[in-house]
Amino acid sequence: MAVRGLEMHFVVADTLARKLRRQPPDVVQAVAGVDLEVARGEVLGLVGESGCGKSTLGRCIVGLYRPTAGEVLWEGQPLRADRDRAQRRRMQMVFQDPYSSLNPRMTVRQTLSEVLRVHRMVPRERVDERCRELMDLVGLGARSLDAHPRQFSGGQRQRVSVARALALEPELLVADEPVSALDVSVQATVLNLLDDLRTQLGLTMLFIAHNMAVVRHVCDRVSVMYLGRIVETAPTAELFANPRHPYTQGLLKAVPRLVPGRASQAPAMVGDPPSPIDPPKGCRFHPRCPLAQQVCREDDPALAAGPSGGAHVAACHFAWTAPPSPHQPEVVETG
Amino acid sequence: MSEPAAPLLEVRDLQVRIPLSRGTVRAVDGASFTVGVGGAMGLVGESGCGKSMTLRAVMGLLPRPAEITGGQVLFAGEDLATARASRIRELRGRGIAMIFQEPMTALNPVMKVGAQIAEGPYAHLGYGRRKARERAIELMQLVGIPDPVRRSQSYPHELSGGMRQRVMIAIALSCEPQLILCDEPTTALDVTIQDQILKLLLRLREELGMSIVFVTHDLAVIAQTCQTLAVMYAGEVVEAGTVHEVFHQPRHPYTLGLLRSVPDPVDVRDVLDSIPGSPPDLVAPPPGCRFAPRCPFAEDDCLEGRKPLLPLEGDRASACIHPDRAAESVREQPVITGV
Repeated sequence: MAVRGLEMHFVVADTLARKLRRQPPDVVQAVAGVDLEVARGEVLGLVGESGCGKSTLGRCIVGLYRPTAGEVLWEGQPLRADRDRAQRRRMQMVFQDPYSSLNPRMTVRQTLSEVLRVHRMVPRERVDERCRELMDLVGLGARSLDAHPRQFSGGQRQRVSVARALALEPELLVADEPVSALDVSVQATVLNLLDDLRTQLGLTMLFIAHNMAVVRHVCDRVSVMYLGRIVETAPTAELFANPRHPYTQGLLKAVPRLVPGRASQAPAMVGDPPSPIDPPKGCRFHPRCPLAQQVCREDDPALAAGPSGGAHVAACHFAWTAPPSPHQPEVVETG
Repeated sequence: MSEPAAPLLEVRDLQVRIPLSRGTVRAVDGASFTVGVGGAMGLVGESGCGKSMTLRAVMGLLPRPAEITGGQVLFAGEDLATARASRIRELRGRGIAMIFQEPMTALNPVMKVGAQIAEGPYAHLGYGRRKARERAIELMQLVGIPDPVRRSQSYPHELSGGMRQRVMIAIALSCEPQLILCDEPTTALDVTIQDQILKLLLRLREELGMSIVFVTHDLAVIAQTCQTLAVMYAGEVVEAGTVHEVFHQPRHPYTLGLLRSVPDPVDVRDVLDSIPGSPPDLVAPPPGCRFAPRCPFAEDDCLEGRKPLLPLEGDRASACIHPDRAAESVREQPVITGV
């Protein structure tokens, strides 16, 4: 799966008064030109602060939004905006909130069999059997088939969501913050489930999250997004060990560690992300960047690989010249 | 350790019950902990364990029909559980202040933020309107809001999540409280903003000499901000001690399970451990240790009789009657490796 030059704009303020004054509407560039590739069997993480466009990108990929520009490619072939059923089946999504993404009035059996029937995944008489298989796959057991979502805990509901997505035997699973609404002890079970399914079914996954620790745990490669753009992509271990973009460095530094102790006094990153309606000129990160120079205010850097080339790319003028700043959360042991 | 001065807040055997049509929920069932003057304590647990209810009981802000049915909440020696409403009102703001999780719903949406911050000094400290307004701008500066004069004229919806939480902190600080209760202060925020807010709270605690109680489900937040912690499960405190001791050597299997289930950004584990099952229904909690049905080390004697907090060496306590099991597990496989 690949994405080329994807842009997604939303019109936010377009009132009659503005039209009369011939003012152009305010447009949010949620995704502002993204290129992305996911290899078969790979788990790509997509991280960034809220509002950076990571969920919008995920929705464009599965076809829930029609992108303003750019295209989604599947095995090298661009997908048309109106996809047919077979194309839609290939990419499925698991949503963040298991409380609102399941129909509260349908039992699990109804939810799963609807999907199976609409897409004619199995002959009618095998639908029930397939439902049971799916429940086994996500570790819930066939007994829960006749329960309603309200009878499940958050973690169990998220398993039902995963079962629904897997019912269509997708080749790509887009998981949009699948564990951020869950308690830590339950988070671990869902993360382990996704990991098992991946080895069992050879799933390709786009894993959208804001929790760097979770991303580190499940992904092979990570892309960092800021204000609608990808600013850095690297294999997971490389990204955590040697982040080259100052935004990635700040993001990693801000993650609290489990080791008790005092972190440094200075915040890892200052300021709030700017508005995507009117993004800063030049490098979009320059107003918050500790390294910003004149060139950053004028010139928007493109993603570039380091001198050694390869899989690690970063969109910063100084990515490969400035020494990386200490990025690991500093912890001074106490006591 | 020398005998510490009288604690600022001491909660003893607190009971909070919520009568519902299907039975009475024992939301908090015998919670005890203390917070020293200038101390930072964390209260951790999963959703529904009673941590927020405990905080609200201390503040006298229990939602109806929940009520305190037993125990004491001693604030500077005075029992708030039995105090009159008028006395608690006097203490709110000046003695104890609270920071809520969701700043958008906790702030008044139709009132300018400057006026909301000025309200406390005006009502509790007897400031005149002008002086209260000046104080509000001072406070906004203190919590790091840029351009406070202009920002004081903004409504909450015009501010970002991080700025709103700073306004909440300014309101909490406005009457110079001795104790600030924080209910998941950063859960709704991005990591970068969470980091800013936590560091701000730590700096203010040091500068102003307040005590802080952090309620959160995020163990990493506790690790970075608190000196002591109490772990709650199903309405009870199951383990207490200094953060350093409890994180490195948990003595309750629930604490151990929590610590093992959290992914760490630096220390990568192959498989995250999880705690099987789910917390019990607090209308009819299981007899014996409430964690026993989910506990990997449970034995027959765990299933009988209440398990109160038992003091261990140092200032620690655990409600587990087999605390060595958790200790042994940690010896075999440390919770935190590689600093």
